[in-house]
Amino acid sequence: MSTVPAPRRRTFRRWFTDLGWRHLVGIAVTVYAAFPILYVVSASLDPSGTLAGSSRLFSTIDLSNYRDLFTDPSRPYGRWFVNTLVVGGVTAIGTVFLGALAAYAFSRMRFSGRRVGLLTLMLVQMFPQMLAVVAIFILMSTIGDVFPAIGIGTHAGLILVYLGGALGVNTYLMYGFFNTVPVSIDEAARLDGASHAQVFFGIILRLVTPILAVVGLLAFITATSEFIIASVFLTDPDQQTLAVGLFGYVSEQTSTNWSIFAAGAVLAAIPVMAVFLALQRYIVNGLVSGSVK
Amino acid sequence: MTPTDERRGLRARLSRPGETDGLVGILVKIVLLGLVDAIAIYAVFVLAAQEKWAVLAVAVVLTVGVNVVYLRRDGLPAKYLAPGITLLLIFQVFVMVYTGYIAFTNAGDGHNSTKSDAIEAIATKGQERVPDSPQYQLSVLEKRASLWFLVTAPDGTVALGSSEEPLEEVDDAEVDGSGKAVSVDGYSTLSFEELLDQQDEILAVAVPVSDNPSDGSLRTADGSTAYEYRSNLTYDEAADTFTDTTTGTVYRDGGEGSYVSDDGEALVPGWKINVGLDNFRRAVETPQLRDSLLAVIAWTFVFATLSVALVFGLGLFLAMVFNVASMRGKKFYRVMLILPYAFPAFLSGLVWAGLLNTEFGFINQVLLGGADIEWLTDPWLARFSVLFVNLWLGFPYMFLVCTGALQSIPDEMNEAARMDGASPWRAFRAVKLPLLLVSVAPLLITTFAYNFNNFNVIYMLTRGGPRFEDTTSDIGATDLLITMVYKVAFGTGTGRDYGLASALSIIIFVVIGVIAALLFRRTTALEDIH
Repeated sequence: MSTVPAPRRRTFRRWFTDLGWRHLVGIAVTVYAAFPILYVVSASLDPSGTLAGSSRLFSTIDLSNYRDLFTDPSRPYGRWFVNTLVVGGVTAIGTVFLGALAAYAFSRMRFSGRRVGLLTLMLVQMFPQMLAVVAIFILMSTIGDVFPAIGIGTHAGLILVYLGGALGVNTYLMYGFFNTVPVSIDEAARLDGASHAQVFFGIILRLVTPILAVVGLLAFITATSEFIIASVFLTDPDQQTLAVGLFGYVSEQTSTNWSIFAAGAVLAAIPVMAVFLALQRYIVNGLVSGSVK
Repeated sequence: MTPTDERRGLRARLSRPGETDGLVGILVKIVLLGLVDAIAIYAVFVLAAQEKWAVLAVAVVLTVGVNVVYLRRDGLPAKYLAPGITLLLIFQVFVMVYTGYIAFTNAGDGHNSTKSDAIEAIATKGQERVPDSPQYQLSVLEKRASLWFLVTAPDGTVALGSSEEPLEEVDDAEVDGSGKAVSVDGYSTLSFEELLDQQDEILAVAVPVSDNPSDGSLRTADGSTAYEYRSNLTYDEAADTFTDTTTGTVYRDGGEGSYVSDDGEALVPGWKINVGLDNFRRAVETPQLRDSLLAVIAWTFVFATLSVALVFGLGLFLAMVFNVASMRGKKFYRVMLILPYAFPAFLSGLVWAGLLNTEFGFINQVLLGGADIEWLTDPWLARFSVLFVNLWLGFPYMFLVCTGALQSIPDEMNEAARMDGASPWRAFRAVKLPLLLVSVAPLLITTFAYNFNNFNVIYMLTRGGPRFEDTTSDIGATDLLITMVYKVAFGTGTGRDYGLASALSIIIFVVIGVIAALLFRRTTALEDIH
């Protein structure tokens, strides 16, 4: 009788020193990582509306905050959402396109200044645009005096500014991926009479779709989370993005607007997180292969 | 990275002149170039009309450049690089240079424009009602958040204007029973309640009667009638002075970008002038500013360094913990760990700000049973909190990167070390860690640079606060250089000071430049060893 539990305990101990503690770490980190997100979801379902009220997780479940989100004209959440999609979407598409063009040139052509160009891009991206936010503001105000369509307060102007940062780390990521596509494919197509543009648009772009998706998503996330330039650019509430709008809303009175902010945060996060988790394998591969050499 | 012979061959073929792109390609090219040129010509006309010759020259050079790049046969790489590089040059390189220029000016509140703009603005300000002014019937309209005056003169003519746009006659206004114009298409008329709501803004509106500022402007005191006002400051062009017609005070160009009277009173607005090193001197010589600036610079370095160390430490630790083939549930943990990375960053800061709120936050109220720890309002705790939250935001990325790097290191190397009698820890330190560092070092550099300017986490959590007590400006214990730049330039409460903000930006440029140069050199050294 007494001999039976002994080996089992030993195997448990062995299992624990081998794998079990890893699960403990895993659970602890899962709580750390997921708790704030669970908390927002819970707060968004709490009808009391205040920060003080939302201290018991999932004590009530009520969708009224989500309804209120779209009914207050001083807080045009729907507009913010659409604005964010427009700014983020156009920036992402533009970034992918400009980045792919540059990466194709760097990967497939040999020209003087190529190495310097690549290194310069690496270097330039260490100086983010927001450092020059004052200059950008003054430049765009001046441009806006002449061409109101792309001046301060317009999405078009903001997107143009974001596209100024399109080359850089993205090009580097794409460049690495383009290099993995064998040149013999291009050559075969060229021998068949395809022009360089046909090779690029018809063949290469299709072969590098995963990295296009990754760069597009990263550019989308960067553009939609960008606060500093967007807050300087977009002062009219109807034009603002979620980052600017929600910050202004919750920073006015954190404690009383809390539940509605939480609902807004959940809705804003869902699409990004869904795409991110769906594409995570590509993203991870892209990050690792592109940046870890 | 060295070009293979194969590619050299391709290059020869790619750049062979005389190739055609096919009909579709040529058509697309013509249409796109045509569009660019059409926009450029429009721009040139507008710029010429506004007499902005410098910008016009830039526009012409750019347009000619684009046409040359796409119309010549050679220079294929340029065709692919031109769009991205053009935007990069304008919105990344030029604005950096421009920042350097602004740092040497007094640009900011009241010093934003040229001298002639300032003269015009002064002439329209400081006004008094013209004694025999006729009474205009007034309706206040709104369009895109700016206020407009729709006035009906005693003789029945209707005109529309705003503070920026001089009065202009309109003939399609809707008129009510008493003959007063009340609305115009495209503008919304303010109701009585809205008038009350915005009365301060409405009282501040001064609609120029004509393009000539000395003709005066229309203002209102009650929102329903307007009178002509004229400035009591007259400008003497020959002497370049303003004279107050009521007191006789003379204001002269004091050489510092504004008109000043003999007893030091300055007229607002002034204009932008070069001030040389004044902004830098101010940052170094004003004791208040210098002390807080030094504190901010020190904290920026501490924050960036500790952030990288913490994020890398936890990321690497977790990567090692989960880098076991036989472990179950790895996928689940992985998805859970990525959550903070996938959650939009600006929201994370705001959510954590709620969690850490002293009075009502979940951490104090529930986890600590009603404690009132000042997570975000005590200087040291606030510094701890922003680091803690930044760890939450950043460790998933390092976890992913370290996992990838660990998996790319063959296990045999580790086993060989173990066979030679090394302990697991020693085997890891001597074999895996150096290899891992070689591949991760560039990412640590970029992570450092990123955190050096991690605006979002600081601004969303604490807005740089709690404020230093020994300074009047809005600078606080968790401020990074970049949040300080933002607050100096666009902060509410204290006036906007673009010159000083740009000077601070220059400091960041220099610091990052040095770090980039040093660390890039170090990385290549590491690679050579490898």
